Amino acid sequence: MTLSPRHAAQAHILMPRLETPFHSRLAALSEVNDWYTWSGYKAPHSLADAELEYFAIRSTAALFDISPMVKYRIAGPDAERYLNRLTVRDVRKLGVSRVHYTAWCDDHGHVLDDGTLFRFGPDEFRLCCQERHLPWLLDSAYGFAVTIAEETEEIAGLALQGPTSYAVLSAAGFDVARLKPFDVVTLDRVTISRTGFTGDLGYELFVPRDEALPLWDRLWAAGEAHGIRAIGYGALNQARIEAGFIVANADFMTAETALRADRVRLPDEIGLDWLVDTEKPSFNGRAAILAARRNQSLKHILVGLEIEGNIPAEHAIVYHRGKHEAGIVTAGIWSPIAKRNIAIASLERPYGERFTDDLWVEIYALRELKYQKMMKRARIVPRPFVKLARRSATPPGLR
Amino acid sequence: MTSSDALKSVYDAIVVGAGHNGLTAAAVLAKAGRSVLVLEAAEAPGGALRSRIFAPGYRSPGLAHIVNRLDAAVCRDIGLDVAREPRLVPTTVLDGSGRAVVLRGAYGEEIEGVSPEEAAAFAALRKKLVFQAAVLKRFLRRPPPRLGAVGPGDLAAFAAAGFGLIRKGREEARDFLRMLLMNVADVADEYLADDRLKGLLAFDATLGIHLGPRSPTSLLGLYYRLTGEVAGKAGGQCMPAGGMAALGPAFARAAEKAGVTIRCATPVARILADRGRAGGVVTADGTEIAAPIVVSAIHPQKTFLDLVDPAESGTGFIRAIRNLRSRGNVAQLNLALDRLPTFEGLPADAREGRILLVRSMEQVETAFNPAKYGEFSPDPVMEITFPSRADPSLAPVGGCTLSALVQYAPYDLKGGWEAGKPALQKILLEKLEQHAPGIGWSIVAAELLTPADMEAEYGLPGGHWHHGELQADQLLVNRPTFAASGYATPIEGLYLAGAGAHPGGGISGLPGWNAARHILAGEKP
Repeated sequence: MTLSPRHAAQAHILMPRLETPFHSRLAALSEVNDWYTWSGYKAPHSLADAELEYFAIRSTAALFDISPMVKYRIAGPDAERYLNRLTVRDVRKLGVSRVHYTAWCDDHGHVLDDGTLFRFGPDEFRLCCQERHLPWLLDSAYGFAVTIAEETEEIAGLALQGPTSYAVLSAAGFDVARLKPFDVVTLDRVTISRTGFTGDLGYELFVPRDEALPLWDRLWAAGEAHGIRAIGYGALNQARIEAGFIVANADFMTAETALRADRVRLPDEIGLDWLVDTEKPSFNGRAAILAARRNQSLKHILVGLEIEGNIPAEHAIVYHRGKHEAGIVTAGIWSPIAKRNIAIASLERPYGERFTDDLWVEIYALRELKYQKMMKRARIVPRPFVKLARRSATPPGLR
Repeated sequence: MTSSDALKSVYDAIVVGAGHNGLTAAAVLAKAGRSVLVLEAAEAPGGALRSRIFAPGYRSPGLAHIVNRLDAAVCRDIGLDVAREPRLVPTTVLDGSGRAVVLRGAYGEEIEGVSPEEAAAFAALRKKLVFQAAVLKRFLRRPPPRLGAVGPGDLAAFAAAGFGLIRKGREEARDFLRMLLMNVADVADEYLADDRLKGLLAFDATLGIHLGPRSPTSLLGLYYRLTGEVAGKAGGQCMPAGGMAALGPAFARAAEKAGVTIRCATPVARILADRGRAGGVVTADGTEIAAPIVVSAIHPQKTFLDLVDPAESGTGFIRAIRNLRSRGNVAQLNLALDRLPTFEGLPADAREGRILLVRSMEQVETAFNPAKYGEFSPDPVMEITFPSRADPSLAPVGGCTLSALVQYAPYDLKGGWEAGKPALQKILLEKLEQHAPGIGWSIVAAELLTPADMEAEYGLPGGHWHHGELQADQLLVNRPTFAASGYATPIEGLYLAGAGAHPGGGISGLPGWNAARHILAGEKP
C-alpha cells in the first residue's frame, strides 16, 4: 500500500480545531462559550447550564453533536471477514441493519479502542470510535478484498437522547416506532440507529455534511413541544457514568496512546471480557487474551463502586482496609437520578477479584484553598448504576 | 479430498520447501522417529542449490557456487555424503593489472602477491577478525535467546562468549566492542595499504547485503562469513566432491535415507491454520494433507503473506513481515564456454577456487552508490568460479561453465529489468573480456539471472538469497522479526526453518538444523 491514500486522509491535521457541521447552531445557543477539543473539533462542555442539560437527557430530549466521533466506512466482499479478524466480537452474528458495541486489540491483546459497528448491508459497515486508527485499519486490510475510508469529516452525527426523543422523531416525520435497540434504518437519507451513550431511550442520526443543518432545524422545530435542549459533554458524561459506559483514554488508556508499558489493558481488565468471542475465527489479540486467562496473569479489573456520602470521588485512590493501595477511580459523580455517589474504578487484582470487601476511597475535596481529606467506604456494585425500562421498550413511549 | 481419511494426519510433520535447510530439518526430524513429508514446488530438490540447464549441454550450479559455511555438525548429523575431507581452495583477487593476489589456506593463511609488510598486516587483521567471529559463532548453533525468557543455555552461551572475549585480555574485549558495528572500510584502512586486499574485504563483507563498505555495520557481513568453517577452519572454502550441483541431491539423499518422503513439483498453495493452530497444507492441486507440525523452510514473507491466511496472523505481525527488508542486490551470470578461459595473472592452480574482479574498496563503494537509487553498477564487482572444473558433467567435453556473482544489481531496477538486463550483461561481458581477452569468442551461451529472475525461478521474494537482509536489525532475536525469531511463530505448530530464520543465509544447514532440534526439544507428544 502506498503512502498517498494515508496522506490524503490526514488533511485534518492541518487545521488544529475544526468546527463541526452544526457549529453555527451550537454557537448561537452557547451562553457560556465553554468549548473543549474533541478529536480536533470544537465541542461544548456545556451550552448554558450543565444541570439543566443533564435533566434534558433524563426528563425530555437532549441533542448532542457527535460529529467529531471518528467514523470509518468499511466495505467489500471480505468486509465481514476483515472485521471479524480486526475486532473481538463475532461479526458474523451481526445482522444487516444492526449495530453492536465492540472493541479491538493489537497483537498483544491490548485494547486499541472500543466503539460501535454498524452493518448497513452484507458487505457494508461503519465503525465509530474515539481515536483515529486509519494506519492500523489499512495495515489490517492486507490480504482482504476490502476498502476503508475515513468519513469522520463527511458524515455529521447527532445523538438525540431522552424520554421524549421518540416523540421528537415522530413529530419530525421519522417513523421509528418499530426500531428496537441496536437497530439501524435509513429514512429520508438520514441514517437513524437506536443507540446512544446515555442508557436512556435515544437515537443517533447521521447525514452527509451538507444536510446537517436542515436536520438540526427539523429536529429543533419538532422538539420545541417536547422540551428539546442542546447539551454539552458535561451532561452526557454524567449520563454515561450512570449507564456504566467506559470512555477510551478516560477509563482506560488505549494501546497506541499509552506511553508507559504498564498502562495498556486487555479486554478482561476493563470489563470487556464479555465481548471476546474465542470460538470465532482468529482475531487480533486472541492468543494473548487466552494466554492471560490461562496463566491467570490478568493484572487489572474494572468495577463499579458506590461510595458513601455525596462528594464525587473522581481520580481518588482506592484502598483496601484503608491502607493497601488497590486502584484508582477513573470516573465518579453524584448521580442525580439514582441519588447515589457512584464511580467507575480500575483496581489491581486480586483487589476487586478475590478481595472485594473493605474497600475505601480517599477523596481530596478542595475547599477554598484547603483540601478536605475524606476516607469513604466503597462497595462494589454492578453496572449499570441506572437501568431504565424505557431504554428498550418497543414501541417507545412518547413521554 | 474431503473424506475424513484425508484429514487424518499421516505425517508427523510437513516441511514446505526442499531447499537444503528444509531437507536438513526434515532429516533431523525423521532421524528422531518422526514421519516427515517434504513438499517442493520445483521439479527437483535443492532450493537455491538447484542446478539448471541454461544452454543445451550446459548446466549452472545453482545460486550458490562455492561452499564456505556448511556446518560440520549438520553434515555429520544428517549423514551428508559429499562433504567429507574437503580440500580448501584459494581466492584470487584480480584488479586488471595482471598482478594477482592469491589467498591460500583458510581466508589467506598464506598470501601471495603483496609485500611482506602487507602480508603481515593482513595476517594480523585476519587473526583479529577470526578471533572476533569465533566469539559470535557460538550463537549460531542454537536458537537465539528469547528476551524475557532467557534460559540456562542462553546464559551459558553469554558466559562463554564473555569468557572467550576476556580470555585474550581486556584490550581484545574492548576492541571487539569497538569494532562490532563498524564499517569494513574503516577497519580495512586501519590495517591495510593494498587496495586489492581492501577490495576483497569490502566485497566479502557486502556480498548479498544492501550495504556498501562504508555503510555503518558493514563489518558484520565479514564476521558472518568468518563464522563459517570448512575443514574446521574459519573462513575456509571448498568445492564439494562432485561440485556444487551435487550438493542439493546429496541433501535430498540424506533426507530420504533418514526416511523422509520428498515430493517435488508439488507446490503448496496454503498452509492450513485455524484459530492460531496450524493443521497441515493444501497443495496447488487442491489435495489437503494434515499434520500437527508444519515447517516452512521458504521465505518468511511467502509463508505468512501468501500461504497462511493473513487473517490467522495479527495485524502487527503482518506489518512486521511485510516490512522485512528483502530486496536482492546480486545478479548471477552463467556462461557456457567452449574452452577454459585464461584470466590474466590467475595461477593455474587457483582455477578451482574463487576469483574476485575487484580493484579497490572505492570501487565497491562506488558500485554501491547507484544501487541506492535503483540503478545497477556501471563498474560492477564480481566473484567468479568455474563450476564445471569440479563437476565436468555441467559442460560438454572440452567445454567449461563460468558462474559470476555480480554486485550491485538492485531488485527494483529503475526502468525495469527487461531493458536493464541486456545493458548489464553487455557491461559484464566487456569486463570479463578485459580480464580474460578472447573470452568473448568462446561464449556459447550466456544467461544473466537478475534478482527478479531469481524471485521467479527460485521462489525468493525480492530475489534475496538470504531470505531477508542480513543486517543488525534483522539478526538474532529479530530474525526474521521478533515474534517469529525462535523458529516457533505466532501460529502454534508452524515453524520457520529457512535462511530467513536464525542464523541466516548461506549454505550452512543451521537454520534447518536448529529449527528441527527446537521442535524436538519442545514437542509435546
